[in-house]
Amino acid sequence: MNRVRNHVLISIDAGTIMAGARAVEKALTEEIVRQGLSDEITVLETGSIGATGQGVIIVVYPEGVYYGNVTVQDIPQLVEEHLLKGRLVKRLLLSELPKQHVVTKEKTGLLKEQPRIVLRNSGIIDPENIDEYIAREGYEAIGKAFSLKPEGVIEEIKKSGLIGRGGAGFPTAMKWGFAHNAPGDQKYIICNADEGEPGTFKDRLILEGDPHKLIEGMIIAGYAIGATKGFIYIRGEYSLSIERLEKAIAQARQYELLGDNILESGFSFDLSVMKGAGAYVCGEETALIESLEGKRGHPRLKPPFPAIAGLWHKPTVVNNVETLANIPEIIWRGATWYRGYGTEKCPGTKVYTIIGNVATPGIIEAEMGTTLRDIIYEYAGGIKEGKKFKCALVGGAAGAFLGPDMLDVQMDFANLKEYAAVLGSGAILVMDEDADIVDMLQSVLHFFKHESCGHCVPCRLGTAQLVKVIDRIAASKGIKEDIEKLSNISDVMRDTSFCPLGQSLCLPISSALKYFHDEVYARIPL
Amino acid sequence: MAAENQCNCVQTQEEDLYPRLNEIIGEHKGKPEDLIMVLHKAQNLFGYLPKKVQEMVAEGLNMSINEVYGVITFYNFFSTVPQGKHSVKVCLGTACYVRGSQKVLEKTEKALGIKVGGTTDDRRYSLGVVRCIGACGLAPAMLVDEDVYGRVKTTNAMEIIEKYE
Repeated sequence: MNRVRNHVLISIDAGTIMAGARAVEKALTEEIVRQGLSDEITVLETGSIGATGQGVIIVVYPEGVYYGNVTVQDIPQLVEEHLLKGRLVKRLLLSELPKQHVVTKEKTGLLKEQPRIVLRNSGIIDPENIDEYIAREGYEAIGKAFSLKPEGVIEEIKKSGLIGRGGAGFPTAMKWGFAHNAPGDQKYIICNADEGEPGTFKDRLILEGDPHKLIEGMIIAGYAIGATKGFIYIRGEYSLSIERLEKAIAQARQYELLGDNILESGFSFDLSVMKGAGAYVCGEETALIESLEGKRGHPRLKPPFPAIAGLWHKPTVVNNVETLANIPEIIWRGATWYRGYGTEKCPGTKVYTIIGNVATPGIIEAEMGTTLRDIIYEYAGGIKEGKKFKCALVGGAAGAFLGPDMLDVQMDFANLKEYAAVLGSGAILVMDEDADIVDMLQSVLHFFKHESCGHCVPCRLGTAQLVKVIDRIAASKGIKEDIEKLSNISDVMRDTSFCPLGQSLCLPISSALKYFHDEVYARIPL
Repeated sequence: MAAENQCNCVQTQEEDLYPRLNEIIGEHKGKPEDLIMVLHKAQNLFGYLPKKVQEMVAEGLNMSINEVYGVITFYNFFSTVPQGKHSVKVCLGTACYVRGSQKVLEKTEKALGIKVGGTTDDRRYSLGVVRCIGACGLAPAMLVDEDVYGRVKTTNAMEIIEKYE
């Protein structure tokens, strides 16, 4: 066997594909062959390395050198200089600090000090190769879970204090416990990968970067609650995720990690991928279940909760991608280890997508309890062009605007609740001093009007009315009472809507008015 | 929609697709729970879901046509009007919207002479909007078929679109 001298990783995700990663990959492979280096150098595809807007990204190991904005034209030079002669191509180095020569992972601002649990393998392994996952202790947790028995698994998750990462902030072990104890011969585990919250793409990057982690998490979840069948409900638009997931499932079946009598444990489990058809409301778990049953995605009346009567009225657990991706690490390393990260009430980490007017937008994983200030200034390089921070919309469109007074609040599910804010999906949209709050609100409200499913009156009519009012204000044709109207309508919707879609609209509205009442008021002609 | 399925919208060719549709329906016969899956496959085949397809699906899965129609109209993904050869979708997610995607959309509507949901007379383009596709770092984003374009401006949107013949 030949000795491989360098591993060249090329980040293949939706963002880099857009920048031409496939063509660069082809050119790179061909150039390596042409230079006669194919025995010494291996090119591997990997998921996102966490930076966006930096074009095609290539990482060369063992040096750990990051190159950004690489084009097909750069390849001959890159191969000749770096891979053949061992000299860095400085002009392509990915760096937030232009003076630095070598940008290692530790020195790339974006990846600094990130404790990685969920994204541990993302951007490091080839997501299409099960052996690479296994080499990183993958699928070890399954064996341990089988030795703990279902009750022991639930107990361990309970001790870890894991809170569901989907947005509602419900303790995972409790959900599992309900389903485990519910009577029923058939139970189901569903992974909610219908990521639709504007500004959120963390689940997509997990699925693209490390699909086996999700599969392992689902096997363990299925074992704990007694489900033999799992579904991954995924957005139809996520074609690369779907492709990688299906490949990963096929590999897991081949290794007999899915199927009958897994690892001779007597436990049988299999997975199917179900493509969603584009409806925001299907992120709500009962609407998702309806959709999975082939119907319109209307939310169901609760109780009964899905853990008692879910899919086909059987006990069902619906968990978010990120929640399930935490499971193998918790089981393998133990609850005590997990509690070493994050806060007392919310242990572990949170994956955030940070976008808007920041220097380096992208995906990060930070400990629970990290402040908004640290996320913006430490991880994302601060506000673009040295401008002033105005506010951040945290938690997606159904989240709250946080002003400068919230910069130093420890962010986790429990703590933000006390400030009438939510962590939600982990989307952070940062706005600088030039951003227009009316414009933002208009976008959010139009989105909700479009996505309101029409099932209940308060949400269907409320969103339509809110859009009328905000359009009027935006066109500088509003009247004084309009501001009050925004609050009133959203308050009524909070109290009377059928599901969280209508209920949560009061958050962006009340928080925007709390900070920027005068700015909105200024748009109203005297 | 995958590229290989995009030339199938002409009437005469449509007839040839029904046997294949029958096969698909046959695999899911009498299973209303598979409706969305069947509709995905049918739309892949025809490019849209004409009335006759809806009727055949309803009969095959043993459900009423109004249930089928209800599901089709509920989801963004499905269309009951013929689609153009290329689908153009502008992202109206929050990040894109703030960076002017609405203006890009309006400009595109005007240039193509169609509204959102419409198809040009020559069936070359269909115009639609899409929920956040996670390309927020490159807002505003536009999708043409499977290709994503970032930092689209009102001035270059048509230039991008016209590359698709």
